[in-house]
Amino acid sequence: MAIDAATVRKVAHLARIKTPEERLEPLARELSGILDWIEQLNEVDVEGVEPMTSNVAQPLRLRDDVVTDGDKVADVLSNAPKSADGFFVVPKVVE
Amino acid sequence: MSDLTKLTLKAALDGLKARDFSSEEITRAFVTTIEAANPALNAYVVQTTDKALDMARASDARLAKGEGGALEGAPLGIKDLFCTDGVQTTAGSNMLKGFVPPYESTVTANLWADGAVMLGKLNMDEFAMGSSNETSAFGPVRNPWKSKASNAELTPGGSSGGSASAVAGDLCLAATASDTGGSIRQPAAFTGTVGIKPTYGRASRFGMVAFASSLDQAGPITKTVEDAAILLRSMCSFDPKDSTSLDIDTPDWTASLGKGVKGLRIGVPKEYVVDGMPTEIQALWEKGVEWLKAAGAEIVEISLPHTKYALPAYYIIAPAEASSNLARYDGMRFGHRASDAKSLTDLYETSRAEGFGTEVQRRLTIGAYVLSAGFYDAYYVRALKVRRRIAQDFDAVWDKVDAILTPSTPSAAFALGDKEIDPIQMYLNDIFTVTANLAGLPGISVPAGVDSGGLPLGLQVIGKALDEATVFQVADVLEQSAGFTARPERWW
Repeated sequence: MAIDAATVRKVAHLARIKTPEERLEPLARELSGILDWIEQLNEVDVEGVEPMTSNVAQPLRLRDDVVTDGDKVADVLSNAPKSADGFFVVPKVVE
Repeated sequence: MSDLTKLTLKAALDGLKARDFSSEEITRAFVTTIEAANPALNAYVVQTTDKALDMARASDARLAKGEGGALEGAPLGIKDLFCTDGVQTTAGSNMLKGFVPPYESTVTANLWADGAVMLGKLNMDEFAMGSSNETSAFGPVRNPWKSKASNAELTPGGSSGGSASAVAGDLCLAATASDTGGSIRQPAAFTGTVGIKPTYGRASRFGMVAFASSLDQAGPITKTVEDAAILLRSMCSFDPKDSTSLDIDTPDWTASLGKGVKGLRIGVPKEYVVDGMPTEIQALWEKGVEWLKAAGAEIVEISLPHTKYALPAYYIIAPAEASSNLARYDGMRFGHRASDAKSLTDLYETSRAEGFGTEVQRRLTIGAYVLSAGFYDAYYVRALKVRRRIAQDFDAVWDKVDAILTPSTPSAAFALGDKEIDPIQMYLNDIFTVTANLAGLPGISVPAGVDSGGLPLGLQVIGKALDEATVFQVADVLEQSAGFTARPERWW
């Protein structure tokens, strides 16, 4: 299935990656090439097959509902692009 | 002095314990070697010399008292996707340039608890997405090996290219690595080193920068099978901080060595013969079969009928998981933030366009596409069903065989720049390794011969889930039979 530039624009937006107009056509060709190759999966008979989401045949463990960590404001903020007074500082987004 | 860098991990550990040399001595030897070689090989992106010497002196103090852990005093390299407390961790991406984790990954914490010394952080494909190390924001790693036929600079493979190059070039005793589709085994094969991906769930993923969480698994790259058995044991542990970590004991895999393969049944899957595979790879594979037969193993032809669908399924599942995992890079709490954004959406989109390289953007876009409304069932769910078919292929042969022998890669190391233009050609590198990730099985690559240009080639052994013991047993016999002693000629 070929994807066109409009689809790439939509998907790039879903992925939140700014993509300049002139990149849309080349990307559409690249992604179409990859998806054409992936199409061979349609040859496989998957009737009645359960999707496999994990290699681990065990139910997820539950832990005790207790606090085990915390009081690390400085650590949490240590890699923030911007912070002040124990908070993340982000650009103003609501007018 | 400089000879210390050529030791195997096992020999170095013995020498340290016997106090033939100190950890500080061997650490200094590596520091000197790295400084001389790294401008050419580009294996390390961060050197932690002061930290290494501090750790080495602490090890020497413990060794002097007759104490010390399983890796006491041994200088190692760490793939830059393991978070290291206080040391920059970028996963090869501009998105994380300057990121200094305030915590330690479980795998590296295990190594330090066993007394290992950290030399620095090793280069890799960006977010582990690549098979040639060319997607790294720090530039490609170069393979210490060159073909006799050409002076071209070769890739060490990827994504653990820095780990493989550093081990092959004697820039560390051994290295940590990680494998999502072949990222330990393919670089090991390209550099004449040993690399093992254990069963999914053996090593904790806590503190590893995530790529595709249902496939990612840590493992070592080393000079010998014995070294791999030693280092893997230290890396693995049950970890409550990883929900898929297995609550099981980690055995001493060195006990598998020297046992031989008499009576073992080794499967040879006919589907691993692929179009365009060099005759040298086919010949090496046949040689591997002969070695195991000569050592008393029974060779069984098997069929894994869905093998050809593993890579296409992987290129849906891995990008889908990546698109979810990498959504965290939004420029808000850590990582790159664009300046001058006009709106919140613009801030997200520009930060990510500036922070991620081309291949990562390509995969995130594919991931978003296969998960999007209208395509989710046709692509993502179908790929998960094909994944089960692939796992069932393996399940169906384990009553006939104890382990499976295949080539590690469909070619020897190629020149940097060779496959950059065609993503699918690049993806095909993982054709023999990716099935073990999809099924969660252990797989090891052992150097077994050289091609006509003198470049190393590897053979892969795949085992049952949690049966690394048999994998090591077979790998040991391959290593002994191959007698692989070739070394890269120093050009750097």
